[in-house]
Amino acid sequence: MLKQSDSGKNRHLAYLLLPEGEELFNLLNNHNMTITWKDYPVNGYFDELISFEGEPRSGAELLLKHLDGMTETELQERKAAADAAILGMGITFTVYSENEGSIDRAWPFDIIPRIITLREWRRIEQGLKQRVKALNLFIDDIYHDQKIVKDGVFPGDLLVDSKNFRPECVGVNPPQGIWAHVCGSDLVRDHEGTVYVLEDNLRVPSGVSYMLENRLVLKRVLPELFEDYTIVPVDDYPSQLYQCLSSLAIDKKWPNVVVLTPGIYNSAYFEHCYLAQQMGVELVEGKDLVVNDDDCVYMRTIEGLAKVDVIYRRIDDLFLDPEAFLPDSALGVPGLLRAWKKGNVALANAPGAGVADDKVVYTYVPDIIRYYLGEEAILPNVPSFRCVNPEECEYVLANLDKLVVKPANESGGYGMLIGPKASQEELDEFSKLIRNDPRNYMAQPLLLLSTAPTLIGDKVEPRHLDLRPFVLSGQQTYVTNGGLTRVALKKGSTVVNSSQGGGSKDTWIVDWEGE
Amino acid sequence: MAMLSRVAEHLYWMARYLERAENTARLVNVNGSMILDLPKHVRPGWSSLISITGADETFYKNYPSAAEGHVVKFMLADDENPGSILSSIRSARENARTIRDIIPREAWEQINELHLKARENLASGLSPKWRHAFLSEVILSVQMISGILNEGMSHDAGHKFMNIGCNLERADMTTRIIDVRSLNLSQKDQADALKPFENILWMSVLKSLTAWQMYRRHMQASVSRDAVLKFLLQDNQFPRAFRFCLDKVENYLGRLPHSEAVLQALSPLKSQIDAANPEKLVQNELMEYIDQLQIMLGDIHIAIDKNYFGEVEEGQSQSQSH
Repeated sequence: MLKQSDSGKNRHLAYLLLPEGEELFNLLNNHNMTITWKDYPVNGYFDELISFEGEPRSGAELLLKHLDGMTETELQERKAAADAAILGMGITFTVYSENEGSIDRAWPFDIIPRIITLREWRRIEQGLKQRVKALNLFIDDIYHDQKIVKDGVFPGDLLVDSKNFRPECVGVNPPQGIWAHVCGSDLVRDHEGTVYVLEDNLRVPSGVSYMLENRLVLKRVLPELFEDYTIVPVDDYPSQLYQCLSSLAIDKKWPNVVVLTPGIYNSAYFEHCYLAQQMGVELVEGKDLVVNDDDCVYMRTIEGLAKVDVIYRRIDDLFLDPEAFLPDSALGVPGLLRAWKKGNVALANAPGAGVADDKVVYTYVPDIIRYYLGEEAILPNVPSFRCVNPEECEYVLANLDKLVVKPANESGGYGMLIGPKASQEELDEFSKLIRNDPRNYMAQPLLLLSTAPTLIGDKVEPRHLDLRPFVLSGQQTYVTNGGLTRVALKKGSTVVNSSQGGGSKDTWIVDWEGE
Repeated sequence: MAMLSRVAEHLYWMARYLERAENTARLVNVNGSMILDLPKHVRPGWSSLISITGADETFYKNYPSAAEGHVVKFMLADDENPGSILSSIRSARENARTIRDIIPREAWEQINELHLKARENLASGLSPKWRHAFLSEVILSVQMISGILNEGMSHDAGHKFMNIGCNLERADMTTRIIDVRSLNLSQKDQADALKPFENILWMSVLKSLTAWQMYRRHMQASVSRDAVLKFLLQDNQFPRAFRFCLDKVENYLGRLPHSEAVLQALSPLKSQIDAANPEKLVQNELMEYIDQLQIMLGDIHIAIDKNYFGEVEEGQSQSQSH
């Protein structure tokens, strides 16, 4: 008998399938008028701003009314102003292309914000705090006694094949027992309005700077939208991050905190710079740092060497230290792991934290929460099938064309199969891949991701989106007010990654209680 | 917090490249207007701009002649010319990009904007009708950026590296501008014909350094070769005079840690300037003298590089264009 991994809910697959005919999505704009919300197609998806036939959701009334009042020219002007601001402010991300090498691209931004009510947000916030707390306990346990394995809740053999389990980290005690100081979890909403956690990013999650810049840009180009609303501000994040990081140097009042970047060719370089600047700390590259005979980390300055206490590293584990990991990594610092193990420097996130963002480990998160906290998960997982389990694997192979298959350790949307949209060759290829290495795959039904009105050309059309909030764990836990909303700009697409044609929206947490 | 060596180096080069973009814009602007003041048959043409920047080889490899259109394109837009306005702005932006966390956000935005604008408006820069407007905009933008940097940044070590870079570049350009006019006046075929217009040439030197007005106020002399040389080399109040730039460099260095070695490299250059007696230097000697100044400026750069930037990796050090 088929069992779904998510023991909380036993939903039927059918509801999650893609609806026929994306042509249902056609537009909606009368050319003389501006936006005609009643013609906006909701089509069985959950739309973040509109419940049905032009009926605004709670909190979205004023926004829709305001947009309604704008002429098409006005809308286009604001859009152009936003694009110009982004170009002028140099808000970019870097993409690689085979032909052109690395290109610095302007950040794609949609001027229509996404709204979440404060009441709903408080619950999501609680769910995220609960989840990250349990994940940190899990990682610490995995690198120590592995009680969860001994108690039979989590299969230990998963660790053997885990690409992100680092034997070098066994027995290490990072400050406060926290491994994942910065976590970015991707949330999605299905057609019934349920918010799920799609995945957790515990290694070097990025995107938070764009969340901050989106707000800045929207305030510049559509200030009047803000007048009618009480929107929870987002710009506290850099201070919170600094506090979280500096708290890792327990015995120092003014620790030397640095951000470690792979350099200007990294896709998130803009963000590394931005965060260093906002926190007022140095942005360093591997070659700026050196580990001396005393196993302490120093940076090279014009006055000689200066000791470093906390490193917010934005380099993947394997590139951190050529002595411990990949010997030919030119990005890292020889001896860094040694210094960290001795407790002479704090690393955020700790090496090895990625063991918990393995997509197969993900399927165990509800069990992990129950095991460590004795609570049920507030935010559900997307129901998932583990290919490592032969019964579930057979089901996945038989229904490949209806499922989304994800490799355990990829991020950025790479290496995925979207069954309903795949060609027969792709299906065959994945079938082979899964059979050869079942442990490395999990599958989920294709969710009908929620949509929000998005300005496409001169029209407003629904586009699918997700949300990446960021959670900081130190002495206290902090969740961003909202997060980065990513939107798939291609019609019908659910791929929101900026490297693959995704855009973004400002995310408003709106205090709408009782209005 | 002590400054990272790498950051110091980027600040230094960002400032140099910005200054270079501005200087090149001045050079092209003034050459254009000077030529119009001379009778047709003695116009020295545009080739001297190429010699100024020491780029003869690159230029003649790619262009058939030193006609106005070719030279202007080379000076404004050629990617192969590291001193061209667009190359300089691009290099300044690349340096700024790696230290976005250090410089004021507005400064980065303006550098980025300048980069975008210069690219976008290049066509107008290449058309004689709009060239002046294009170049003036570049000059003003750089001055605005340097204003934002100087007034928006703490006057810490980074600020000093920036200003050292800027003043070294400026001193270098002043010598090059003197050099090229001397060249015009010393070339056999030109010298005699140009003699009657010598003052116009020296006036253009002053104008290319926006020194005209200040020269008149301070020297209260008519424009003559010796007085102009004295002013541009030895004046200690005009910001583009060699001596003034040198004093600035010395002053900023003096406030950096461990600067003794670099200051040592500076002192022979100071004596060289103080000892100069332009009246006694005939054209050929003047050119030799100027060459010496440039070599000594290069030595100061090398001393700074060794002392503060250290272990510069292969392919990372940024060539001076000249």
